[in-house]
Amino acid sequence: MLHSFGLSWESGFIDSIVSNLLLVLASLMLINTFKYYLPRKERYGYILGMCGTTSVVWLFITRAVLLLILPEKYKSFYSDSVYLRLAFGFLILGLMSLLSVLWYTLKDQQQNESRKQEAEKLAKEAELYKLRQQLHPHFLFNSLNSINALIGSRPEEARQMIHQLSDFLRGILRKEENQWVSLNEELQHLQLYLDIEKVRFGHRLTTSIDADEKIREMKIPAMLLQPVVENAIKFGLYDTTETINISIEAVKENDQLILTVQNPFDPTTSLPQKGTGFGLSSVKRRLYLLFARTDLLETSAKDHLFITSIKVPQQ
Amino acid sequence: MKKAIIIDDEPLARSIVKEYLSFYPQIEMVEECSDGFQGVKAIQQHKPDIVFLDIQMPKINGFEMLELIDEPPAIIFTTAFDEYAIRAFETHAVDYLLKPFSRERFAKALDKWLSVKDTSKLKEATESLLESTAHSPSQTERIVVKTSGRIKIIPLHEIQYLEAADDYVKIFTAEGNYLKKKTMNYFEQVLDPKLFVRTHRSYIVNVQQITRIDAYEKENQMAILTTGVKIPVSKNGYIKLKTMLGI
Repeated sequence: MLHSFGLSWESGFIDSIVSNLLLVLASLMLINTFKYYLPRKERYGYILGMCGTTSVVWLFITRAVLLLILPEKYKSFYSDSVYLRLAFGFLILGLMSLLSVLWYTLKDQQQNESRKQEAEKLAKEAELYKLRQQLHPHFLFNSLNSINALIGSRPEEARQMIHQLSDFLRGILRKEENQWVSLNEELQHLQLYLDIEKVRFGHRLTTSIDADEKIREMKIPAMLLQPVVENAIKFGLYDTTETINISIEAVKENDQLILTVQNPFDPTTSLPQKGTGFGLSSVKRRLYLLFARTDLLETSAKDHLFITSIKVPQQ
Repeated sequence: MKKAIIIDDEPLARSIVKEYLSFYPQIEMVEECSDGFQGVKAIQQHKPDIVFLDIQMPKINGFEMLELIDEPPAIIFTTAFDEYAIRAFETHAVDYLLKPFSRERFAKALDKWLSVKDTSKLKEATESLLESTAHSPSQTERIVVKTSGRIKIIPLHEIQYLEAADDYVKIFTAEGNYLKKKTMNYFEQVLDPKLFVRTHRSYIVNVQQITRIDAYEKENQMAILTTGVKIPVSKNGYIKLKTMLGI
């Protein structure tokens, strides 16, 4: 066919090299584009459009390059074969686009899948951690150990402690996250916890609760005070070797219930930023979820006292 | 007659160990302590053969207490729930009792100890345990040292720099300096790498204390601290310091 146009086979060779090289380049460009931009399902027409445009551009560039290096008479041959070339280019580019879109969509799905699995795993771990925290393992096993010791020497006290521990655990299981209870109910549950801790730590721990009858009728979200008191006890007991007093006080101010928990601490060895431990940050988060406010929990340190106060807006 | 010491902050936890121990006439309970400070004193005074040691205690935990004792005796750890500690016991094959433990379990631990002829093995296990627990969350926030009979807890941010001193490391703070029998490599590993950098074979510096870095001699630099102290910086140390400060 070439000879009928009066062209040598060298020209044909150069033509095919140039055309195909440029076509490979165009394909790579398209593939690279799909790597970063994957059209949505309803826009698959875009792919055809992109292939068409690219083929036309490819055609023009090929023509320009070929005319630069090949004899003038090649022009007419090119014009005669232009539709064939266009069809060929479009076909190849379309095929490449299809393959790359398929490939990248598959990859995307795999990534999404693994992300989802990762997220689910994290959520499960968080839930498990929360469950474990609710069980208070350290407190539970130490209490059981105290009971074990009491059984031999003071069986009556052992029995009493078993009942306190059971009531405390039952209380934890019964209470739901978003339930509101009276302050009285919360304080009674807290008292069980404090009584058990007093058996464990003996004379080292004393507690005082100050709340009058009227205030005890005010409402608070269930188990809000518990982690604050736990934090105070842990902080107080492990930060000094002396006897400690934990005081809990409830007052009413402008229709808000204000709860204050105090524990001693040692300012020389406790880092100030450590003041809000894990327990308090979870309380803070809960208050934010309930009231959309971040100013309801405050901590301060005065001399050797660490003070945590919570404001509970009444509903 | 063998001597035993019980260290636990909960009186009932001590009494159960005492009760179980009473079945062993060959072991005498010489002292019970409610915190690590008393524990250090009692161990130095009585040189016991065995110590029953709780981990979570006021001020300093069981591991920190052991670090303050030059010749640690045989230890049986007792703890209620501490995932970190339990993992450490398991990897270093040190015996431990999980509260609440039965008399049988207690007997097993004691028999195991009584049957050991070569006590140096026990010591090795304890020492390797201490190396590993130094990385525990609570202990990377502070360093516990002994200074003329007193025990001092140094929060990490108070440390200005550390200097090698033969078998010891000298820890410098605003209040003075303290010795701890550890190596520089140990501190390099344990201290928070975001806060401390080893600028020299013999120096580790708290980067928050550095005010400027001056050229000194050909290839060396000097880090000048806020207190005016000059710390040598080697060529290698300078590279580390630069990457840490992002310059």
